[in-house]
Amino acid sequence: MSDGYGEVRESGVPPTIVELCDVYKIYGRGATEVRALDGVSLTIRAGEFVAIMGPSGSGKSTCMNIIGCLDSPSAGQYIFSGVDVGTLGRDERALVRRHFMGFVFQSYNLLPRTSALSNVELPLVYEGVRPALRHRRAVSALAAVGLADRQAATSAELSGGQQQRVAIARALVTEPPVLLADEPTGNLDTVMAREVMTQLTDVRRERGVTIVMVTHEPDIARYADRVLLFTDGKLVRDGTPAEVLA
Amino acid sequence: MRVLDVLSLSTQAIARNKLRSFLTTLGIIIGVASVVAMVHLGQSATRSVTERIASIGSNLLFVMPGTSLRGPGAVRTSAENFDLSDVDAIRREVDGVEVAPALATTARVVVGNANDTIPVLGTSNEYLSVRNHPLDYGRAFESGELSSGASVCIIGKTLVDEMFLGQEPLGATIRVGRTACRVIGVLSEKGESMGQDRDKTILMPIKAVQRRLVGKLDVSVIYVSALVDGTTKRVQSQIESLLRQRRRVDSGGVDDFYVRDTQEIAEALESTTNTLTVLLGAIAAVSLLVGGIGIMNIMLVSVTERTREIGIRLAIGARARDVLNQFLVESIVLSTLGGIIGLLLGVGGTWLLTWKLDMPFVLSPLIMVVGFSFSVAIGVVFGFFPARKAARLNPIDALRHE
Ligand SMILES: Nc1ncnc2c1ncn2[C@@H]1O[C@H](COP(=O)(O)OP(=O)(O)OP(=O)(O)O)[C@@H](O)[C@H]1O
Ligand SMILES: [Mg+2]
Repeated sequence: MSDGYGEVRESGVPPTIVELCDVYKIYGRGATEVRALDGVSLTIRAGEFVAIMGPSGSGKSTCMNIIGCLDSPSAGQYIFSGVDVGTLGRDERALVRRHFMGFVFQSYNLLPRTSALSNVELPLVYEGVRPALRHRRAVSALAAVGLADRQAATSAELSGGQQQRVAIARALVTEPPVLLADEPTGNLDTVMAREVMTQLTDVRRERGVTIVMVTHEPDIARYADRVLLFTDGKLVRDGTPAEVLA
Repeated sequence: MRVLDVLSLSTQAIARNKLRSFLTTLGIIIGVASVVAMVHLGQSATRSVTERIASIGSNLLFVMPGTSLRGPGAVRTSAENFDLSDVDAIRREVDGVEVAPALATTARVVVGNANDTIPVLGTSNEYLSVRNHPLDYGRAFESGELSSGASVCIIGKTLVDEMFLGQEPLGATIRVGRTACRVIGVLSEKGESMGQDRDKTILMPIKAVQRRLVGKLDVSVIYVSALVDGTTKRVQSQIESLLRQRRRVDSGGVDDFYVRDTQEIAEALESTTNTLTVLLGAIAAVSLLVGGIGIMNIMLVSVTERTREIGIRLAIGARARDVLNQFLVESIVLSTLGGIIGLLLGVGGTWLLTWKLDMPFVLSPLIMVVGFSFSVAIGVVFGFFPARKAARLNPIDALRHE
């Protein structure tokens, strides 16, 4: 399950890609203050498959959004690939997302009334890729998730598992080094969840993508090679699935 | 992001909501159509007025007794009338002019069984050229007929049609008042002018009208036409000083006659219709503005509705400016489409109306360009605020939006 990672390890320790140093995310003030993240420090190395677990409201999504540059910490430092994200402007963070991050959400977040193919092409549109080339890349990204024959289908015409696979194709079409998935199987039954997880482990094996995935389910977390356990905005345990889930 | 892609994103969003897009642009359509139609109609009206004035005669001066304030249709107080010696004096003393005296009255006219009250004008042959109203057929007055005041007449087309009922009028004898009068000519058709049928008229030698119809030796108007273009001002001042002398107006005294230039009347009327055009155009422009507010309103709703979509776009790498461009271009495309449709409707409507009202159809490229650019500008101005609102959304808040 960790072939890609293992190969890299043989030639030395892979570089750190994500580094959070004492990160806080605080909502509200005074009595209503909520510490969604309460002093979190962690590092993730390139090629790792990390699962984030924890009870509801423990700050899993908040942490992932900060890693994905969708959100900024209230305090603390986030270093991505050696760059202090805190010093970046709005547009620069957008460019980090564009070139380095792929997102998969629990609720799929495909554009409504838009074909699967157009959804997958969209990140390439923002990259400014020429239509012919981006069409070709979107077609092969869809084929890679096993949906070559559903290019024209809109989200209303796809099952949950198929929608999530379109979302994975969209997240990966720009070939980002990092894939962020917030409860990607949360809305899926076991069969479809297994399909999606197979998809994720496949791309990881083929491309060595770093995956950070939030999940509630221990079965899903076992696909990862490392589990971070959050409680009340704090990182309380960090280890292999076997250690943490024991 | 490529420009064409921005355009296609925006047009896709517009096409996805066809009815709403149409209703959104309706304000712009109506605005542009009314601006274009109003201004075009105004210009057609101006053209129609100037054309009619030109048809009265060019380089034409009216000399009338009385004191007048400046401006067309101004107040006139009574004064001693002219007589034929004044006409002769102008012929003699002023160079490069054609002069036609006129004495207007109306008379009961009987043709066979038909009878009607018709305006009768006593004048001379110069009238035909000075007032730009030539003969259609027949002949003008002979000098003997003019000097003796013979009972002969030249009739307008309306009499031929309505009283002769298509019978040959030349040589026929008609009753004008109490006088039996021989028809020697027929005037060419002039049509209607300022609500008057210019073909419903009878011309007779002025002496005949003076003696047989009016019973006075007056001349009510003297028409003077300057033969050379651009000399009307000179002619006017010569006539004025001549008449002042003849009518013993002291230097510094108030003239008891006045000379009016048709050009002046035309300009005054033109400036009136122009003012009206500007006024109507301005009112129409307000509706264009209201159309712009309509676009802004719908775009704001659309931004709120599509907040989640914006969040998705931001998550997969759209920058604030990409989102801004998308929404801005969307409103510009909407308003531009509205502008094009409005332009077509406005021009088509003007064409239809001028055709119905029998006015000249004037096409003004300037106002078309202005109307169209205005609609595009409205898309930019009123689309900017909603687009900026969209671009300023925080990706996380937008994604959470339900
Ligand atoms: N915009 C916000 N304003 C106020 N509080 C917020 C906001 N976003 C998150 N929170 C709070 O921060 C805490 C952590 O939220 P977060 O979404 O990270 O939890 P989570 O671990 O992902 O939970 P779940 O498993 O239910 O998705 C929660 O208590 C939540 O109420
Ligand atoms: Mg969550």
